Amino acid sequence: MTTIRVAIPAHLRTIAKVSGEVELAMDGAVTIGAVLDGLEAKFPALQGTIRDHVTKQRRPFIRFFACSEDMSHDPPDTPLPEAVRNATEPFLIIGAIAGGSA
Amino acid sequence: MGKVRVLVGTRKGAFILESDGKREQWSISEPLFAGWEIYHVNASPVDPNRLYASQSSGWFGQMIQRSDDGGKTWDPVDNKFVYDGVPGARQWYDGTPHPWEFKRVWHLEPSLSDPDTVYAGAEDAAMFKTTDGGKSWAELSGLRQHGSGSSWAPGAGGLGLHTIIIDPSNEQRIFIAISAAGAFRTGDGGVTWLPIYQGLHSEHVPDPHAEVGHCVHRIGMHPSRPNTLFMQKHWDVMRSDNAGDSWHEVSGNLPTDFGFPIQVHAHEPETIYVVPITSDSLHFPPDGKLRVYRSRTGGNEWEALGNGLPQSDCYVNVLRDAMAADKLDKCGIYFGTSGGQIYASSDEGDNWTTIAANLPPVLSVEVQTLA
Repeated sequence: MTTIRVAIPAHLRTIAKVSGEVELAMDGAVTIGAVLDGLEAKFPALQGTIRDHVTKQRRPFIRFFACSEDMSHDPPDTPLPEAVRNATEPFLIIGAIAGGSA
Repeated sequence: MGKVRVLVGTRKGAFILESDGKREQWSISEPLFAGWEIYHVNASPVDPNRLYASQSSGWFGQMIQRSDDGGKTWDPVDNKFVYDGVPGARQWYDGTPHPWEFKRVWHLEPSLSDPDTVYAGAEDAAMFKTTDGGKSWAELSGLRQHGSGSSWAPGAGGLGLHTIIIDPSNEQRIFIAISAAGAFRTGDGGVTWLPIYQGLHSEHVPDPHAEVGHCVHRIGMHPSRPNTLFMQKHWDVMRSDNAGDSWHEVSGNLPTDFGFPIQVHAHEPETIYVVPITSDSLHFPPDGKLRVYRSRTGGNEWEALGNGLPQSDCYVNVLRDAMAADKLDKCGIYFGTSGGQIYASSDEGDNWTTIAANLPPVLSVEVQTLA
């Protein structure tokens, strides 16, 4: 069991009713998919806000970063860097600076 | 005397405005769900503390929020809107097939008898229903799988199901409208649907007998007369006295019969309101004058109501879900604009006051008349 840090966008912190970073206890491989599974299990209201309910595809204007690397296009079974696994660095879920008509 | 609560959905959050029955002094809440698009907030008619809100964002998708205390606190409920079976395709703007894609919930219509039962109108057009207060949603797929479904094409704002009207004399009978597929009626609670189109004529639909393709903007009904429907179509204000089996035009002396909302007076079934908009390419009122038009004859004869509304240099729009009526005596009429104003009349439209001046662009307005 290890605990990692996840940073989520402000609007999703409101939905999850948390402030600041989220701590996630991880059991097993620390991959992108496992982190999202853990996040959605701890905060069910976030289901569908980061990835599609059914296809599990990342929503188009969501990005994943870790240790200054863009992991948005990496497959879900991609292991996260050591610095994320040992909680030195957070896993970043970011709303892209894009879109919006108003 | 009673109390009035106005539920406002905007491009950047929801707001709740409250007043006593005099409707002279109004409070405006802090923004709820700030920064999110709130297409609609609506209340259960049998439990005024039970509210539902459709919250969406281009980044984070759809949320549904529920309040059990009249809007003081909210909790997200299920947001899993999944089309039933293999969704297939409908038409894109250019007439080519395009896969059905869920984008957002445009309209929430709580049941007339059960606060846990709510209908949701979605884009791409589909009807969903919850019977457990929003904990789970299921599609009433008989609508989308109506034989015409593959030919439905979006209006400029998307292929949205925006109007849901439940017949108070028979809750199994429901009327809905979709831009730009048209209007439909079910008599069995949403299992099967019938397009209601006879008498509708639209320039962009060359076949005068086309079942679908009409860009219906809004339908209104007085609860005491469930067979009489009033429709603001893309162009034309229409009326039916046989539950939509046939329609006839009642635009009469309107300066333009393009517009979005249509509202029926709470106590007078033949008194209706529209907000004429210049044209489909000029989404603002004619001559820069914001005027509501009222007919006390169920259409055809209309009078302009502009006292208290801007009568020069006004170029706002009023969207389809952004007009509502309270049930006080005299009936109050409310509407919101793309400029963020909420206008209210406490005397059936004769005089108007600005009860909120600087909100984000208004998407929807509902009114609760409370004891």
